[in-house]
Amino acid sequence: MTNNLTASKEHIAKQGVFWILSDIMAMTKRNLVRYIRLPQLLIFSTIQPVMFLLLFAYVFGGAIKTPGNSYINYLIPGIIVQTVIFGAMQTGVGLADDLSKGLIDRFRSLPMARSAVLAGRTIADSIRNIFVVLLMSGVGYLIGFRVHQPLSHQLLALGLTILFGFSFSWISATIGMLVKSVETAQVAGFIWVFPLVFASSIFVPVASMPNWLQTWAKISPITVTVNSVRALVLGGDVTPALWHSFMWMAAILIIFVPLAVNRYRRST
Amino acid sequence: MNQTKEDHPLTKYIAEASKQGLSKAQIIKTLTDEGWRINDILDVILERILPEDVKVQEVAPAQDAIISVRSIRKSYGKVAALDNISLDVPRGSVLGLLGPNGAGKTTLVRVLTTLLKPDSGTAIVSGINVAENPSLVRNHIGLAGQYAAIDENLTGKENLELVGKLYHLAPEVIVARTQDLLERFSLVDAANRTAKTYSGGMRRRLDLAASLVGEPEILFLDEPTTGLDPRSRSELWEVIEGLVKDGTTVLLTTQYLEEADYLADNIIMIDHGKVIAQGTARELKAQIGGGVVELHLSDKRRMTEATQLLQGVGAEPAHVDEVSGHITIPVEDGAKTLVEAVRLLYTAGLELADIELRKPTLDEVFLKLTEKGASNDK
Ligand SMILES: Nc1ncnc2c1ncn2[C@@H]1O[C@H](COP(=O)(O)OP(=O)(O)OP(=O)(O)O)[C@@H](O)[C@H]1O
Ligand SMILES: [Mg+2]
Repeated sequence: MTNNLTASKEHIAKQGVFWILSDIMAMTKRNLVRYIRLPQLLIFSTIQPVMFLLLFAYVFGGAIKTPGNSYINYLIPGIIVQTVIFGAMQTGVGLADDLSKGLIDRFRSLPMARSAVLAGRTIADSIRNIFVVLLMSGVGYLIGFRVHQPLSHQLLALGLTILFGFSFSWISATIGMLVKSVETAQVAGFIWVFPLVFASSIFVPVASMPNWLQTWAKISPITVTVNSVRALVLGGDVTPALWHSFMWMAAILIIFVPLAVNRYRRST
Repeated sequence: MNQTKEDHPLTKYIAEASKQGLSKAQIIKTLTDEGWRINDILDVILERILPEDVKVQEVAPAQDAIISVRSIRKSYGKVAALDNISLDVPRGSVLGLLGPNGAGKTTLVRVLTTLLKPDSGTAIVSGINVAENPSLVRNHIGLAGQYAAIDENLTGKENLELVGKLYHLAPEVIVARTQDLLERFSLVDAANRTAKTYSGGMRRRLDLAASLVGEPEILFLDEPTTGLDPRSRSELWEVIEGLVKDGTTVLLTTQYLEEADYLADNIIMIDHGKVIAQGTARELKAQIGGGVVELHLSDKRRMTEATQLLQGVGAEPAHVDEVSGHITIPVEDGAKTLVEAVRLLYTAGLELADIELRKPTLDEVFLKLTEKGASNDK
């Protein structure tokens, strides 16, 4: 028979930072395995952005004026940020899937770190996003995307993009924990993401939009992030946009990490 | 309810005064002198001290109980999923929680496994209050929920290893237990296939194996054999018996009387969130009685006539079952009643289409027990 007192001591020790990290790593690995098992999932998740890319580059591109850059060069950084956002939507879908299959119940009944399920999922989706970004850059190269900034800037741009996706993952996680069904999570994700994506500088310069839309589009988290990425990879003034982007990310994380964690704790 | 009875100034004073050897009369005099009205004193004694003393006694878990539930309530909107449930599970025993769909079985399991906070009441699991210290409880329990909770993208082996990792077991322990569990649940051949390819029964077995990775003191199984074929079911029964032999306490829910009968030391029947009967399988069977004679007339128009004719033959009045449209007679001595019923109907010239004697279904058991519960209330 176990003595409760010693048992408790031992288990409190197990809640240390080491075990939290260990739990997060185990969950991240678990979430990544499915992409390693099914690499087509990664490939498919780039088909839609590639279609957007080709559509805009060859159909609308001629009509869109982008001073200082070829349209392809203008478009690719935007499309990459868009891809990362769509990737972040998978966080909610994956969590809703785990919820509906009862896996979250199992995890919640284990003596593991409470944060690990959500953190493992958002981190795994960020790692997945790195691959998708690299894949998209390759496709971009094939259709004429060329950069002349130093590698360090390219890496900074990559880091910023992934971090941006990570913060959106937490919004998505909150939605996933709320709606609890895969289909609803999918729909609920796109309902708010689509307008956000189009009312930004991803596809067209904000200056070409009607005034009322510009007011939002200029300060949209997507615009400031896309503008920072563009400036980093193509050259130009980075600073104001980059700070705005960081502020948005901080705000999103401050609001949605607690919300998602709270939903996780209470999920029934 | 922040002020416990110890905190109350009156209680403190009385304790202090009696330590100093003051007599009852002296204490009362001092109190009234200090301006306490007799009503206040009575109020404290009756409202605060007395009920709590009584409650403390009620809450105290039975000596050897490893799970102790007191007055748990949980409602979803207007539905009372758990309506004042209290129960004890002795260490090392198997409790069968029996109930129809929607009885509240899963809700109770979720409360005891820290997944759900009840609206009120206390639950003590392995000496730990579930509401106060859920994370400690998790070290002592294993859960196999109603639906197999496995990761379909991982292999069977990886599923178990992941759970081992999350229990913070040493790597060599994880390897050994995984191997052992795969063997015990006949999953060795499928160990390296993704769980997506598993049949329903294999998933269920993997899920159960996962609940055992932490070698829990208490195992919660929510309808563990639903959806299993008879062979897998009896295999699982053997596994559970083995665990109990090694000292594990098991709380399992089931819709099968037979399963509870076979596995459980004690059975608790719940319906609409309430305990409607409890005892050993034998005790419950005695309450339920022998069985049911069910008959079916060729001429449907004469049902009422036949029902009246058969009023007195069984242990309880004959009635027409609304679902099947058959005449049903609860019986103690089945064969005798059957012969008597046939004789009566024959004499009255009522032609039988079919007649059978069978064990009561779970529905009938519940019907009977709920009726009994209702009449006891009156
Ligand atoms: N999350 C929920 N939201 C609303 N109502 C719920 C919820 N969970 C359970 N209930 C209700 O509580 C009652 C008890 O449900 P519970 O799942 O505990 O029953 P059960 O005995 O496990 O039934 P079954 O045999 O069908 O699994 C039911 O009426 C059910 O509809
Ligand atoms: Mg249930």
